[in-house]
Amino acid sequence: MTPLQLIFLVIALATITSAVMVVSSPKLVHAALWLIVTLACVAALFVVLEAGFLAMVQVAVYIGAIAILIIFAAMLTRRVMADTGGSANRSWWAAVFASVLLFVSLLALMSQVPTWATATSAPLALGAEPLLEDLGQSLVDVNRYVIPFEVASVLLLAALVGAIVVARPTAKRSAEAEE
Amino acid sequence: MIPLSWYLGLSAAVFCIGLYGVLGRRNAVAILMGIELMLNAVNINLVAFWRYISPALVAGQAFAIIIFAVAASEAAVGLALIISIYRSRSTVAAEDIDLMKW
Repeated sequence: MTPLQLIFLVIALATITSAVMVVSSPKLVHAALWLIVTLACVAALFVVLEAGFLAMVQVAVYIGAIAILIIFAAMLTRRVMADTGGSANRSWWAAVFASVLLFVSLLALMSQVPTWATATSAPLALGAEPLLEDLGQSLVDVNRYVIPFEVASVLLLAALVGAIVVARPTAKRSAEAEE
Repeated sequence: MIPLSWYLGLSAAVFCIGLYGVLGRRNAVAILMGIELMLNAVNINLVAFWRYISPALVAGQAFAIIIFAVAASEAAVGLALIISIYRSRSTVAAEDIDLMKW
């Protein structure tokens, strides 16, 4: 077993443990903190996969923005769910069954492709910096991924406007607050 | 070297844990956390396939960046909806939000 494999196993164990804590922790804020651990482990996996830029984006976008947003939402809605907030619903056994079924079938599907079990990564043809440059150019290149890139920016704008409109208090309610 | 199937197995495990979180939790915020776990599992898959199958193309990384954008907008809109529902109905339990249930 090479050191790299050992590092991967440690990260994988931490990822799965913290992910299980996210879905089983009875307190919502604890679950959100475990979610940050999971996201950090995924960022470490990106580093192992030699995708340093994605690891940085993972830390900035997921841990820096999404996890904080989730913690805010958990704290804003904490009062009503303080006692039963994290508990599982009535059909949690069906959820366990569906997850285990999906996991087993995914593993069975994976074993259908024997080359994946032995596939090893070839060294990268480009260095880290030319690769990042290529990635940046591919996102604005008309012949490559400019359409998904533009669609993603429109989606972000729509989500921004939608989130403001949805979360804004209604006119009647804000008038009451002023009185 | 790390075989590709290790990454795929890990990402399948994280995806299924996230699926349990979506299906099995009562709190709407906890359901959103499950969705984030599932999106992260997809990202692990994309980057692993990029690294092992086609490292010359940057498609895997470009798709992962698009998934980041989708995850960010999904979290923003989802949490705005939860705050709005909490304001009008004082609950975030998924089974109590039955306004559109037929």
